[in-house]
Amino acid sequence: MRHIIAVLLENEAGALSRVVGLFSQRNYNIDSLTVAPTEDPTLSRLTLVTTGDDSKIEQIIKHLYKVIEVVKVVDLSESDHVERELMLIKLRAEGPTRDEVKRSVDIFRGQIIDVTATTYTVQLSGPSEKLDAFIRAIGKTTILEVVRSGVSGISRGEKVLSL
Amino acid sequence: MAEALSGGDMLIRALQDAGVEYIFGYPGGAALHIYDAIFRQQKVEHILVRHEQAATHMADGYARATGKPGVVLVTSGPGATNAITGIATAFMDSIPMVVISGQVPTSLIGTDAFQETDMVGVCRPVVKHSFMVRNCAEIPTVVRKAFHIATTGRPGPVVIDVPKDTTDPGITAPYHFPESVSLRSYNPATRGNGRQIRKAAEVLLGAKRPVIYAGGGVVLGDASAQLTRLARALGYPVTNTLMGLGAFPGNDDQFLGMLGMHGTFEANMAMHHADVILAVGARFDDRVTNDPRKFCPDATIIHIDVDPASISKIIQAHVPIVGDVALVLDELETQVASEQARRPDCPDREALALWWEQIRGWRRDHGLDHHLPAEPGKPILPQLAIQMLYKVTNGEAFVTSDVGQHQMFAAQYYRFHAPRRWINSGGLGTMGFGLPAAMGVQFGHPDAVVACVTGEGSFMMNMQELSTCLQYGLPIKIINLNNQALGMVKQWQDMQYGGRHSQSTYSDSLPDFKTLIEAFGHVGIKVERAEDLEPALREAFSERYRRKLVFVDVWVDPNEHVYPMAVRGGSMRDMILSKTPAGLEDNY
Repeated sequence: MRHIIAVLLENEAGALSRVVGLFSQRNYNIDSLTVAPTEDPTLSRLTLVTTGDDSKIEQIIKHLYKVIEVVKVVDLSESDHVERELMLIKLRAEGPTRDEVKRSVDIFRGQIIDVTATTYTVQLSGPSEKLDAFIRAIGKTTILEVVRSGVSGISRGEKVLSL
Repeated sequence: MAEALSGGDMLIRALQDAGVEYIFGYPGGAALHIYDAIFRQQKVEHILVRHEQAATHMADGYARATGKPGVVLVTSGPGATNAITGIATAFMDSIPMVVISGQVPTSLIGTDAFQETDMVGVCRPVVKHSFMVRNCAEIPTVVRKAFHIATTGRPGPVVIDVPKDTTDPGITAPYHFPESVSLRSYNPATRGNGRQIRKAAEVLLGAKRPVIYAGGGVVLGDASAQLTRLARALGYPVTNTLMGLGAFPGNDDQFLGMLGMHGTFEANMAMHHADVILAVGARFDDRVTNDPRKFCPDATIIHIDVDPASISKIIQAHVPIVGDVALVLDELETQVASEQARRPDCPDREALALWWEQIRGWRRDHGLDHHLPAEPGKPILPQLAIQMLYKVTNGEAFVTSDVGQHQMFAAQYYRFHAPRRWINSGGLGTMGFGLPAAMGVQFGHPDAVVACVTGEGSFMMNMQELSTCLQYGLPIKIINLNNQALGMVKQWQDMQYGGRHSQSTYSDSLPDFKTLIEAFGHVGIKVERAEDLEPALREAFSERYRRKLVFVDVWVDPNEHVYPMAVRGGSMRDMILSKTPAGLEDNY
């Protein structure tokens, strides 16, 4: 099962490497990982996507808590949540395909944020499956470069992850 | 106005304020400011080792025997990397330790400077936490935090990496040692959940075939008295893990001996057939459970541990209780008493009597024989050597061991009556641990009898410390079970590789240990005949050698195997009991 785990950790040198090291050390997967400081500059928020059965996820959460700098951990996938991922994708856009590419971007509600005579750079956000679907729709031959942010997630409603 | 001190002086002052008696260490370039600060004070004694690995094992042995954190000081680069094995050893066995490593000056970090190693990076998977000092002013707080983290919750080693510029004698800052520290991200569990403890009491009292399975957490959590009281009140059988030996008195009739791969027949059989298992401060290690899918099929499992990650990691616990083991056991004892007052028919005494009858049968049929004869003319059995050591020391010695057959024989045949007496590398299995650990124990308990049970393979991994022993006059007694081979490797090769002894023998090139020991200024005794064993040990532990290190080189039967031995991939009841197993498990 795919899980989105949100972690609040001290914004200190070495904290991130401890979290990442934990995953390789204990043979847990990381499908994606994103991290940045929060509104409180002493805290970073990390969102990571991993897969595993319930007992594995339970172990991952327990071991995350054992990292001294980790303040709080929440498995967002346990309840209602919103997840988004940002993708910047550079596409070949020449000749007859140029219009076709533009149409696909519109269908997926992407924005063209940079243009040259031969390329479009597109910004697209949404759940990861939507980004996957766009990549499939546009086709390998058109794609020049892809950069994805990894998933960010947040609980729906009143529930918050804070100190 | 706080006194202004340099970083080096601050570090040593902070160690004083943290109550440190000994620093085990070895100097080098990046640590020289700190060493100068050591020179200019009297309160903390520095013990000069011969190899940094040994310094970590000494601090570790000191910590295990006294319950106080061990402290290590090494220089950068090779000093730091040499300490890693000892740090990992302490980490696996949850031993409180603070390791201070020198580092190249901040301005040189990342430049591949002379003796530079990314210590924080290298040690990351084998420490509870680590710090890199950024400036001299923060040193007291960092030291305070390091000791707090190392000694609370599930203990473990903490590394403080100290760049040379932060200890510069020319730079000072006001010294203030914080009384206490609080970390918003670190709040180890203390009391267990009351409802869970009540539930545990109910389950315990409903048992017909109970076993108490207690591990190193009981020793580390100073909960032996609580465990013993509860076990006696209930009358239930107790087994200890390798790390837990001494947590329950080894000569008590309720004690089944060690469990696991080389555990006693009765301990493993009782575990397999139990209906309720109370696991306390134990972590269901693979050397205990054998195949977890076949583990104790009928048991309801109550698991008490201070580390939530240890619970349901290998074996699903039915009643998990996270908390300080001593506090939880206190509460459990109260709950058991009140539950018993409510249900006087519990536990089921008839069922318990039947259970004990079965266990005594197992013990009678295949239990360890603690009365082996010393038959003249026969090769010395290693088990006999341990039995004799137990006899000669009245079972009261601190015993450290290395890793291999001798370790298992010591665990099986030396019955530990009290916690913190049995000191071995259980988790990491570090050869070379025994001698330096014994040295740490002796520093912690200067008047105690300290024996190191070792084998010639393990001993040669850290024997340079014999020189340190002379320097500090450590009267350790080393019992070397010399089988002229890497015995446990050879045993596995006998059992699983058709007797092909690949790289496990070296009998033609062994040193004459008696001469070797004498060259280091100590006393060496060689024993080759069973009838000489007891006199030799009596001599080693005699008043005459009370202040001397004595090395007893016992030439044991090189063909002896450790039994019982778990059948690979089996359940806990599947054991090989001798060199000619005959489908024994079918009979039980």
